[in-house]
Amino acid sequence: MNELFILMKSELLVTGLLFLLLFIKIGKGIKNESLLLIIQSLLLVNFIIGFFFNKEGNLFDGMFNTNGLIALQKSILSLGVYLISLLFADWFKKSEHMAEFFMLMLSALLGMFFMISSGNLLIFFLSLEMATIPVAAMVNFDLDKKISSEAAMKMILSSAFSSGILLFGISLVYGVTGTISFAAMPAVLDGSPLMILAFVFLFTAFAFKLSIVPFHLWTADVYEGAPFATTSFLSVISKGSVAFIFMATLYKVFQPMQDVWYNMIMLLSIVTMITGNLFALRQQNIKRFLAFSSIAQVGFILVGMSSNSPAGTASVVYFILVYTFSNLAAFGVAAAIASQTGKEKIDDYKGLYQNNRFLSWVLALALFSLAGIPPTAGFFGKLFLITAGASKGNYMFITIAALNMIISLFYYLKVVRAVFMDKNDFPVEKITIQFSTKLALIICSTGIVLAGIFSWIYDYIQALS
Amino acid sequence: MNLTLLILLPLLTAITILLLRNTAQVKWVALTGSTLQLILAFYLLFVFNNERSAGNTAQMLFELQYNWFPAWHISFHLGVDGISIAMILLTAFVVVAGILVSWNITKMTKEYYFLLILLSMGAYGFFVSLDLFILFFFLEIAVIPKYLLIGIWGSGKKEYAANKLALMLMGGSALVLVGLLGLYFSTPERSFDLLALAHFNIPIETQMICFPLLFVGFGVFGGLFPFHTWVPDGHSSAPTAGSMFLAGISMKLGAYGCLRVATYIMPEGAKEYANFIIILSTIAILYGAFATMMQKDLKYINAYSSVSHCGFVFLGIGMLTKTAMTGAVLQMVSHGLMTALFFAVIGMIYERSHTRQVNEMGGLLKVMPFIVSVLFIVGLCSLGLPGLSGFVAEMTIFVGSWQNADTFHRVATIIACMSIVVTAVYILRAIGQTAMGPLKAGFENLTDATWNEKLAAILLVAGILAIGLAPSWLNNLISPATDIITQKIFPMAIGVK
Repeated sequence: MNELFILMKSELLVTGLLFLLLFIKIGKGIKNESLLLIIQSLLLVNFIIGFFFNKEGNLFDGMFNTNGLIALQKSILSLGVYLISLLFADWFKKSEHMAEFFMLMLSALLGMFFMISSGNLLIFFLSLEMATIPVAAMVNFDLDKKISSEAAMKMILSSAFSSGILLFGISLVYGVTGTISFAAMPAVLDGSPLMILAFVFLFTAFAFKLSIVPFHLWTADVYEGAPFATTSFLSVISKGSVAFIFMATLYKVFQPMQDVWYNMIMLLSIVTMITGNLFALRQQNIKRFLAFSSIAQVGFILVGMSSNSPAGTASVVYFILVYTFSNLAAFGVAAAIASQTGKEKIDDYKGLYQNNRFLSWVLALALFSLAGIPPTAGFFGKLFLITAGASKGNYMFITIAALNMIISLFYYLKVVRAVFMDKNDFPVEKITIQFSTKLALIICSTGIVLAGIFSWIYDYIQALS
Repeated sequence: MNLTLLILLPLLTAITILLLRNTAQVKWVALTGSTLQLILAFYLLFVFNNERSAGNTAQMLFELQYNWFPAWHISFHLGVDGISIAMILLTAFVVVAGILVSWNITKMTKEYYFLLILLSMGAYGFFVSLDLFILFFFLEIAVIPKYLLIGIWGSGKKEYAANKLALMLMGGSALVLVGLLGLYFSTPERSFDLLALAHFNIPIETQMICFPLLFVGFGVFGGLFPFHTWVPDGHSSAPTAGSMFLAGISMKLGAYGCLRVATYIMPEGAKEYANFIIILSTIAILYGAFATMMQKDLKYINAYSSVSHCGFVFLGIGMLTKTAMTGAVLQMVSHGLMTALFFAVIGMIYERSHTRQVNEMGGLLKVMPFIVSVLFIVGLCSLGLPGLSGFVAEMTIFVGSWQNADTFHRVATIIACMSIVVTAVYILRAIGQTAMGPLKAGFENLTDATWNEKLAAILLVAGILAIGLAPSWLNNLISPATDIITQKIFPMAIGVK
């Protein structure tokens, strides 16, 4: 019993928080401000608790696994949700359905926790669904916006489609191997054509969630239609969690088939980076822009994932931590501007620096980090991914990845240029930022600057993986 | 001496600048910080020479090593030899002069000085690092400040120039990155350490692939033909101090990388590709010189002549003799000082006359004697007048080149020599039109240099004279270091090939 509490500490905490929200909502006796404060502090506790009482073990006949690395991954996700709750505090406080939003977000988070810990295809499928369906409702949270409903529809249809494919893949896997347990699978994987087909189906489901090209078509529309809080949740937390479990399945379960998946990952990584970058070049809406940029970033994550080594694991986890800081900072600034002026176009950002110095520097820092420019942590993240990927000796692949960094720099600089250099007679007026938003932006910027230079953060991750 | 001071001091200066609110304070902090750095650079030279004369023959002095990312075998490994010290001195001179010259900047002063200091920090870090990862880190740190300096404070087609510069330099660094990874994975213990890589004989096949990647990658930074196209646009659009930093420091990062990383670590690759380098640099020297003749804008004149002068650096490296390589390093220092001074003077003239077109000026000697005298000095240095640094550097390169006895090297040397005539033509023509003749209308009330401009000019002229009149101190500083590089290329030969 005691072991259950220790191994499932994050899940139990989030579940407790969910019930708390539910009771408060039924009892309807608390102001948004104080409720938000409770949620934020519990999320912070959830982040911190990931570093303590860590124990390796499994529960329910190996259905639920955990170890130090998984606990760290959960902590990163909790940190992301905590930052979201700070960044969009303004929007939450105004909303009369704040409690519902958090219930949806936390159940998605709970699903992700179970997904990362899953040791069995069945619980994996269940938790993946749990992590997806609430997000569709979150996308449609601005009920009066038609574009949101459209986005939610697109998201639910595409994820239903990918779930179907996943189930088909699972049934094939079960048919071939006779087991659905991750631990038992490597021994019986034989690399037969039917097994490869089954793997392709599983891979497709992951690719949908991670928006790997050619399964990325839903991404930009959903990002654009959803409220900022949902978009950042989708692009950071949701992507990060799927990347974690994807990597774990590839490295642990499908290890015997590594030749098959290495080639798939390499090809899709190249296509994803190039497509994401080229489409990002011509985006005008900041959300669509960040959507395509995050597609390109996923391509980069695949570079590191292809290495199939502990160094690869560490570099991917580290990159997702850095990416959480960078992308949330970018979304936070965009949301602050959009919520007060309604401006979401990159052209509207021209001359932003004239009145909003803090926001401009945070945005620039975030974009530089996404582009991989030192001294930001993004530089280290990308370099480690590339170095991990290069350990296979495939230099063509690495060269393409490095050249893609130049394309991506071009469009990130486009925004920087608009903010700092272009003239505008009617620039965005001075934006008042709430304290909590400012706090979150400062946390993100500090993370961007220091997570790379302080090498013990990477060492910590490396030691766990 | 603890070499981290060289990086920490600019970092502290930059952070202090960020915290200040008053623009006057910002300027003084920047000036104090960079002056302290100059003093530190001289102190480094002093202790270095002391160590050497005390008989310390280690290749690198003042080494310090700290494990940064142990998982990747990345260490924060610093150390200096003669070449690095020459480069650090050059950087310190140019930074102080650049800060003095931009004393009157009014637009976003704080950010301006912050970026200048950040850029200089990248350069200092680059020149002292002995680990290729941190070398690359510092190389890239310097890119974004350049982009912002040109884009925000520049003139003319500034956005275009800034974008072109950032993208081309990032392209160069992408090549460098792939080359570095090739080296990293070719060693059994997976190391980015420069000395370890140099002592481990990199397999020939790896050298054949990685040498061109690294040389071209760094070459983009150094203005290697045909990747020089960012040079004219970038230099001419940048603000005065920006141009000074770009031409005086930043292009030297590339040349230093070509010499220290590509040529030193991969001698076989250098031998294999030396002829290509010579061909490219000879083209650059001639093409740069002739292109300069067609320019009417003073900044473009200096920018294209930079392409030509940096061609000499690559020529010196490509010749693979000790003398020529020493000449290449001398040329880096000399060109850095000279071109920074040239841009400073152009900036001073432009600030007063509001034009950079040569044919719109005339007779400026009458109204601004100090500025125009400096213009004469720098022009004469550029065309290689004995007694100034340009002569020393180019002469050393030619002597070193001539040591290669075959026709190909001789022809290249002769062609490169001939470019000096072209240089004389464009320099004398530009200076003559600017300074001599009747004073054009509207220029009567122009004033001469202010204290800060005078100080900057005197500082750089002093540097030029110190090399031009007494080159031996610099030569003695550099040549032991270049000797190690050439010894690695031709292990049998002692001294001259």
